Amino acid sequence: MVTTGKKVKTFIIDGKDVSGTEDQTVIEVCRENNIEIPTLCHLEGLAEVGACRLCLVEIKGSNKLLPACVTKVHEGMEVITASEGLKKYRIKILELFFSERNHICSVCVSNGICELQNLAQRLGMTHVHYPYLFPKFDVDASHERFVLDNNRCILCTRCVRVCDEIEGAHTWDIMGRGIESMVITDLNKPWGESESCTSCGKCVAVCPTGALVEKYKNAVDKSFMYKKDKLKFLPYLTTMREVKNEQS
Amino acid sequence: MIIEELIEYAQKLHLREKTGKHEVKVCSAAGCLSLKSEAVADELRKKIAELGIEEEVSVKPVGCLGLCSKGPLVTIDSGNRVYQNVKPEDANLIIEKAKTDPQSETDKFFTRQQKIVLENSGQVDPEKIHDYILRDGYKALHDVLEMTPQEVIDEVTISGLRGRGGAGYPTGLKWNTVAKTGNIKKYVICNADEGDPGAFMDRSLLEGDPHRVLEGMAIAAYAVGADEGYVYCRAEYPLAIKRLKNAVKQAERAGVLGKNIFGTTFSFTVDLRIGAGAFVCGEETALIASIEGKRGQPRPRPPYPAEVGLWGSPTLINNVETYGNIAPILRNGGEWYAAIGTEKSKGTKVFALAGKIVNTGLIEIPMGISLREVIYDIGGGIPDGKKFKAVQTGGPSGGCIPEQFLDKPVDYESLSELGSIMGSGGMIIMDETSCMVDVAKYFLDFTKDESCGKCVPCRVGTVQLYNILDRITKGTGTMEDLDELDDLCDLVKNTSLCGLGQAAPNPVLSTIQYFRDEYIAHIVDKKCPAGVCKFHTHAETGKSEVII
Repeated sequence: MVTTGKKVKTFIIDGKDVSGTEDQTVIEVCRENNIEIPTLCHLEGLAEVGACRLCLVEIKGSNKLLPACVTKVHEGMEVITASEGLKKYRIKILELFFSERNHICSVCVSNGICELQNLAQRLGMTHVHYPYLFPKFDVDASHERFVLDNNRCILCTRCVRVCDEIEGAHTWDIMGRGIESMVITDLNKPWGESESCTSCGKCVAVCPTGALVEKYKNAVDKSFMYKKDKLKFLPYLTTMREVKNEQS
Repeated sequence: MIIEELIEYAQKLHLREKTGKHEVKVCSAAGCLSLKSEAVADELRKKIAELGIEEEVSVKPVGCLGLCSKGPLVTIDSGNRVYQNVKPEDANLIIEKAKTDPQSETDKFFTRQQKIVLENSGQVDPEKIHDYILRDGYKALHDVLEMTPQEVIDEVTISGLRGRGGAGYPTGLKWNTVAKTGNIKKYVICNADEGDPGAFMDRSLLEGDPHRVLEGMAIAAYAVGADEGYVYCRAEYPLAIKRLKNAVKQAERAGVLGKNIFGTTFSFTVDLRIGAGAFVCGEETALIASIEGKRGQPRPRPPYPAEVGLWGSPTLINNVETYGNIAPILRNGGEWYAAIGTEKSKGTKVFALAGKIVNTGLIEIPMGISLREVIYDIGGGIPDGKKFKAVQTGGPSGGCIPEQFLDKPVDYESLSELGSIMGSGGMIIMDETSCMVDVAKYFLDFTKDESCGKCVPCRVGTVQLYNILDRITKGTGTMEDLDELDDLCDLVKNTSLCGLGQAAPNPVLSTIQYFRDEYIAHIVDKKCPAGVCKFHTHAETGKSEVII
């Protein structure tokens, strides 16, 4: 018997003819074709949430902007990833990120290796024109190896997802709503007292900013995680995903 | 079971109660209950017992009679005058009126309305299924089970009914999408998480006629091929929840819900889920997450719930009022329904009139009548001889419509052209004493608190918008702030994840569009034309100061 493989769709991104399988998202195909799409919440191997809104793209025929990380490819679609309007929106969204909490790069352990900072530089954000909100959050340094500083958190929920989906511990979650949302361990216990935490450090590894860091160590350049052809971060993260896909 | 058996069952239940020739109907919806309508009913019963005229007159608690601000309300039989502000002392008078010929209502509040969804509200006892059955209840469900699901969907499509939750998506199309997903597990959900400030349509319907909603859900389940349903009701509606629970129990006992409905192979069970006070859970994907026991946060669509919904199954989600329209449509035919209303907006719409208006209450009007008729004929105009300023529809997702557009018809397209939306049916009327900047600030205060915090534009953008509006109302705003408002509104509207964020700027945009002079008066003249915002002028510099 001949088994039929995945259906392949051909379509256009930024005027370029590309192809992808039916279960791929726009962002995956973009990455394959070296088309850069900025994102902060997306991380290969984790479930998509579509929360950071930086990967919004225009699709011809749709009057709405759609997040590239969750939009599945379909035959003949025309994607525009970097129109002038999109570029402006992205910078404003970044500015909102910066205005929300205390992102002061010069005193941050992740200075130089921060995804938020990198993105701001790459997209040409020159200043933050929204007033800073400067909320006050406590720093949780109760864990013997790691520190949580909610003041630097952008609520991308990568830590929540990696802990739940890969480690299986579900130590992290979100508490509160709106501007008062924050990541917590267990039922808002100090991290050091968490019963579910396995101290695996995956959350620290996936954090795009300086919100989760390792004590007594210089922050590690995590950018290798996202570069092609180099050692993939957490090899089993990819393996797990493949296993998951096979099962489903 | 056939329909005759069901009616027989209802009649048996009906006979068990001693009812008189005339029925004195006392409103027992939340509004009148809070005005002690219970005491009125008790006094009436006592007086009737004293006079020994049980066979002539009896008392019946019913759902909302509409004119909520003038409760407790009492009416006699059907189509009669509604007695307002009734006190227990009036019992004798009411009984006397009941025995003599009842008068019919002439007030425009009643005569300009057209009741389809609310036809039973104020007529049936919401806690008794037989009352509903004896008014053609569950007849539509019975008849539907003899049709094919596709015929049912076609009838709904012909009716032109559109979602009454606010967005106005064609109901028939939605049903068709769910039906087409094939022969797999599906769910039907009723969205009763009514959260707009000033809106109480869904609550009134659930409190006044819960069986109608259940019947609508059962018909929908048959049409799309689902066997399980949920009503997601907010916890702030304890009476609605109590009556719904009671209704589900009674319906199961009567055999119109549960296994093998009317003796056919069709089974449908309904369960209740109670919200925990989050406005965003009215958004369908957040609502589904909440039912699943997860944090009530929306997710990007597509895929729409019609394909991937509750626990990954195709799910039909409709609003309470949408389900309320289903039974009459199936009973009278889609053509009948399509004859009411305008070309693109069919049927009637229930509105909750609130704010600076004489007749605060629940109304149902045919689509296409003008806002002026709603406010002046039905609503009775503005109290205390004040001047009308704006009408707000659609709650925190809608906008304010000024006087020059009062002759526009009430339908989905016209309202969105005006920068507002139909919404779920809240209508707040504002007079000259309302400051429009303050109104915009009020709604942004609401959305910033209710934002779930998942996406940045809504989480931070609404706070920034609120802060700007706050500055303006305190006299420290600048003209640049006005441009910034425009710019930020555009960002939040176009980049937010769900409807809450996408619609959050509407109150700001519409007030800037129609009441820009008020914004400028605040910024340049440091004055609030309505006298709501208080400024303080510094004694020496003459500059305005912020009062904290």
